[in-house]
Amino acid sequence: MKTFKLGGVHPEESKITAEKQIISIPLPQKVSIPLSQSLGAPSNLLVEKGSLVKVGQLIAKGESFISSDVHSSVSGKVMKVEDIVDSTGYRKPAVVIEVEGDEWDGGINKSQDVVTDITLTGEEIIKRIKDCGIVGMGGATFPTHVKMMVPKDKEAEFLIINGVECEPYLTADHRVMVEHGLEVITGIRILMRALNVKRAFIGIENNKPDAIDNLSKLSASYPEIEVIPLKVKYPQGGEKQLIKAITGREVPSGKLPIETGCIVQNVGTALAVYEAVQKNKPLIDRIVTVTGPSLQNAGNFRVRIGTSIEYLVEQAGGLPTDTGKVVGGGPMMGKSLVTLEMPIVKGTSGILILPHQHSRRVPVFNCIRCGRCISACPIGLQPMYLAQLIENEIYDVAEKENIMDCMECGSCHYTCPSGRPILDYVRLGKNKVGNIIRNRVKK
Amino acid sequence: MSLLTVSGSPHVHAQQDVKGIMYDVVIALIPATIIAIYFFGLDSARVIFISIASCLFFEWAIQKYLLKRPNTVTDGSAIVTGILLAFNVPSNLPAYMIIFGALVAIGIAKMSFGGLGKNPFNPALIGRVFLLISFPVQMTTWPVPQPLFGSEIADALSGPTTLGFYREGIMAGKTVSEIITSPDYPGIVKDLTGDQGGSLGEMSAIALLLGAFYLFIKRVISWHIPVSFIGTAFIFAGILWSVNPEGYLDPITSMLAGGLMLGVFFMATDMVTTPMSRKGQIVFGVGAGLLTIIIRNWGAYPEGISFAILIMNAFTPLLNKAFKPKRFGSAELKATAKVKSKSMAYGKA
Repeated sequence: MKTFKLGGVHPEESKITAEKQIISIPLPQKVSIPLSQSLGAPSNLLVEKGSLVKVGQLIAKGESFISSDVHSSVSGKVMKVEDIVDSTGYRKPAVVIEVEGDEWDGGINKSQDVVTDITLTGEEIIKRIKDCGIVGMGGATFPTHVKMMVPKDKEAEFLIINGVECEPYLTADHRVMVEHGLEVITGIRILMRALNVKRAFIGIENNKPDAIDNLSKLSASYPEIEVIPLKVKYPQGGEKQLIKAITGREVPSGKLPIETGCIVQNVGTALAVYEAVQKNKPLIDRIVTVTGPSLQNAGNFRVRIGTSIEYLVEQAGGLPTDTGKVVGGGPMMGKSLVTLEMPIVKGTSGILILPHQHSRRVPVFNCIRCGRCISACPIGLQPMYLAQLIENEIYDVAEKENIMDCMECGSCHYTCPSGRPILDYVRLGKNKVGNIIRNRVKK
Repeated sequence: MSLLTVSGSPHVHAQQDVKGIMYDVVIALIPATIIAIYFFGLDSARVIFISIASCLFFEWAIQKYLLKRPNTVTDGSAIVTGILLAFNVPSNLPAYMIIFGALVAIGIAKMSFGGLGKNPFNPALIGRVFLLISFPVQMTTWPVPQPLFGSEIADALSGPTTLGFYREGIMAGKTVSEIITSPDYPGIVKDLTGDQGGSLGEMSAIALLLGAFYLFIKRVISWHIPVSFIGTAFIFAGILWSVNPEGYLDPITSMLAGGLMLGVFFMATDMVTTPMSRKGQIVFGVGAGLLTIIIRNWGAYPEGISFAILIMNAFTPLLNKAFKPKRFGSAELKATAKVKSKSMAYGKA
């Protein structure tokens, strides 16, 4: 069975919602849609207080190269545009819409039938993806249309679909592959046409046999699409690790995946692309896993963008009394949230609710130089050494030791028997070293 | 709503912590402890008890009165040092010597560097070597094993070890075949079971292997150092033996005799004093294996494992520098390697 070679850990999988069918939750009374929902520049506001909007109507336009359009996820009236705290902890502008009915924009095909015939050309597809505000659904939220534009001197050879979902607890992608397999396969064919690639691989860890079976069956008549079962190992869902696992190719340090001829897209993105291209439906909702050891109705939910996390958690049985921590995303790379009042955004793959006893960090001992962080690091860095350097503010050596290559997967901190906050230091160091590099470039 | 805990990722943590590792090592040392008590009686229990108690005391006292830091005696590392120190001395060693050894091990080799994780050398081995140099006679006079339930009581005062016996024989000009046919020579079977003279914890290879197996299963130790260490020592001893079978012990006896098993699995695998990368660990093992055989055959002592490990401990910082892990993406050529796919060649289409 294929997997990546260097480093990695195997945390307890805890996929308690793996069998839970996707449920559409009732519409909330209001939504707050942040204007910046992708990597890159914030989008420009097109509506104002009092404007009436429909589902799927463009409310903010991404004008710069790396940015994306934002659409209204509900119909109703714009109450205000205000700054809200998002998962990064910073205040960012968001459009607050009071929900009235559920009136969709006329151009959107609302039927549930799967349309498998692709009529658009490659260029039209990329334009449609851009107009529908599709971004990477795995969590990084890089605008998909930008990723699809291959630089002139490079050539895309393979499309790799990321169905790994290596984060413990999360099952949103898993359910998409089981319940919306045909849409995903169609989405992959659309992406292949747009990229003009001849081969696509779908990487799925073998703890999801039903997803592997379903997509293998559905792709049987498309010989150019192949499902690759992968051995369970974190962080296999990292772009570079996945490319390595499937093709054996290594993305050079500091370069993009296209160097290896690969373009990686998440299964959730493939579904969104299908809906955009075949149904003309902008990215207005997504599948979110709401889970946790003591949550009553843990499950997978189809949620409109901008729905408050508080409302979504209520739909999943309400916040348990022993709640200690709420994480946006998975437990390895997710961000712990300061409030539940923030909205679900395009990049929210899960909400994890951890009880008190799992929300505090373990006691810290001296580093015993066991080297487990080194064995666990998928990039081949020496995490404890980097942490030591940053603790002592030795940034130039940290830069030489390739601190900027760190992908912040957290395997080092996870595996450390002394419970040392290695990644905290490395994150701080990346920030400091990043500033130093930027200042040097400016000069 | 009550306040939420906020911290950086990751939000889950592996089960094994420092305490768990230390107590796993303690558990792994139990079979050898039982064997020691069986062959040397309550004397060995006395040595182990004094050693652990004084190691714990010194760690506690130094933290409290000299360093004035939060106490760390419960992390289990002082217990491990105590057991290992006891395992490295004869069972009839006077109490004050054991306490001296513990003071050197914990006080000098460990706490003076800053405690757990900061010591460059293995504390138990420093304690042992200190005792060996200070009290050479007592440290190398091995009591004859007297099994707890055995019927015959031996009247000899001192039992030979395989290595000591061999060394004396070679010094006296005997050949190996003369040595191993002598009635007092312990040989392989006794090396395996522990029915021989020697430091109290190192006698039974089987008991030590059992403990090592437990540590492998619990993933406390990895194969890199033990395999490279034993492999190198075995090959080196084998070459010497095949060149001159009358001048050198055969490699299998070499591996089972003396403190090799104890040293390889419980002291050369000490995380604190050995390299962190896999490659560095292998080099460490190879170096320690070579040094062990060199000291055994040409050094001043019949057993070389303590010195071999300590010398390699000294090289550990250099090995950490020299053998860094291979960095992902540093091999630029690999970026366009040909893709192998099992189900189809390029055009299943």
